Amino acid sequence: MRNGAVVKGVRFRNHRVVGDILTLAQRYRDAGADELVFYDITASPQGRGVDRGWVAAIARLLDIPFCVAGGIRSVADAEAILNAGAEKISVNSPALHNPDLIDSLAARFGSQCVVVGIDSQQVDGRLCAWQFSGDPHAAAASSREVLQWVREVQQRGAGEIVLNCMNADGVRDGYDIEQLSRVREVCQVPLVASGGAGTPGHFLEVFRAARVDGALAASVFHSGEITIPALKRSLQQSGIQVRPAAGAPASSSGRERR
Amino acid sequence: MSRVPDTVIVDSGGANLASLEAALQRCGARAEVSRDPRRIAAAERVVLPGVGAAPAAVARLRELGLARVLRTLTQPVLGICLGMQLLFDASEEGPARGLGLIPGTARKLRARTGLPVPHMGWNQLTVRGDDPLLQDIEDGDYAYFVHSYAVTVSDVTLASADYGTPLSAVVRLGNFWGTQFHPERSAGVGARLLRNFLGAACC
Repeated sequence: MRNGAVVKGVRFRNHRVVGDILTLAQRYRDAGADELVFYDITASPQGRGVDRGWVAAIARLLDIPFCVAGGIRSVADAEAILNAGAEKISVNSPALHNPDLIDSLAARFGSQCVVVGIDSQQVDGRLCAWQFSGDPHAAAASSREVLQWVREVQQRGAGEIVLNCMNADGVRDGYDIEQLSRVREVCQVPLVASGGAGTPGHFLEVFRAARVDGALAASVFHSGEITIPALKRSLQQSGIQVRPAAGAPASSSGRERR
Repeated sequence: MSRVPDTVIVDSGGANLASLEAALQRCGARAEVSRDPRRIAAAERVVLPGVGAAPAAVARLRELGLARVLRTLTQPVLGICLGMQLLFDASEEGPARGLGLIPGTARKLRARTGLPVPHMGWNQLTVRGDDPLLQDIEDGDYAYFVHSYAVTVSDVTLASADYGTPLSAVVRLGNFWGTQFHPERSAGVGARLLRNFLGAACC
């Protein structure tokens, strides 16, 4: 999200508006998504927190869990979002600057709702965690090496890790299986793959080859290229255990005519 | 708005009150959050949500004078998550007594190999009993759980889930039902359960 609209870029650049947040959230709710993640991508680079108004609106609209990321710098920031009805909060750049934030969040709210997002990109043969990735002008490699950072955030109490492979982001060429597999080896908490989904086969590949717990995608769903019910059917037919999408077998949307 | 609402959500102070209210409204209920003992007593349906720690929740219900009211209710009551655990005698989470409406104790989930506590996520239900609350809900349906304590399976268990060990996912004794999972975050399955609750005959 940027300035209240849902946007999507390619490799974290050239963000284009793809829709209104509530409309998209409702569409994915009705399509059978298992969880939605909202990234306020300019919150950290601009030094502001997420605006809470939409979080409460989303909490009322959705009937599935959701996670909010962007500009969460303190226990108070996180508390406001969780009190507005989000199940999880995700921290990225602020955790790189102040790793103790992860400990404080886990101590206060429990690890189960503390997600650490890592934007990862190879620099001179070394996997680097990037900061401020939401703004092309502010994005920069941090001093953290990804595998070491993955180990550290778990020790500090992260309950889930979302690995955004930046080179794969938005280009729909498949998840970065090699990188995700390396992270999987040192990651004991749920690992969610992000960046690169283009076909249902890419999802199958990332579950099988990188053994991730979840797969996150944006572009292919926003464009309508892949629908969630079709994706879930295809994964199920390939033997991956998924929660059946809405509409199969019984009706779904949680609304009733009066 | 002087009419008694169909459904009152007890203001137990959790973060999910608004989500739950919206979920019930999507199911066609006139739902309202309240801490007024008279309103709660007069409602046709009462939902008791709960998020956080059991001792704090029990203390809050006592302070608000609601513990006694809840015990006397004869209309259908649905406890959700910690709200379900509060219907039982006690919780290992603290010395405070529960409402004592259903025999049993909520026990800490023991961390088994590879299973983090709290348990947070989608989990499949095993239907163990026939009940109007579970109409059109089937074995293998998924529901969304967030909890560190659980009630073991007993005669009051209508559906269970497995998290290293079987646990009560849906319970009932008389007019008191409970779900360990969050129906307001369990998509279509949650909505069906809430509709079933709204349609359940008074006991």
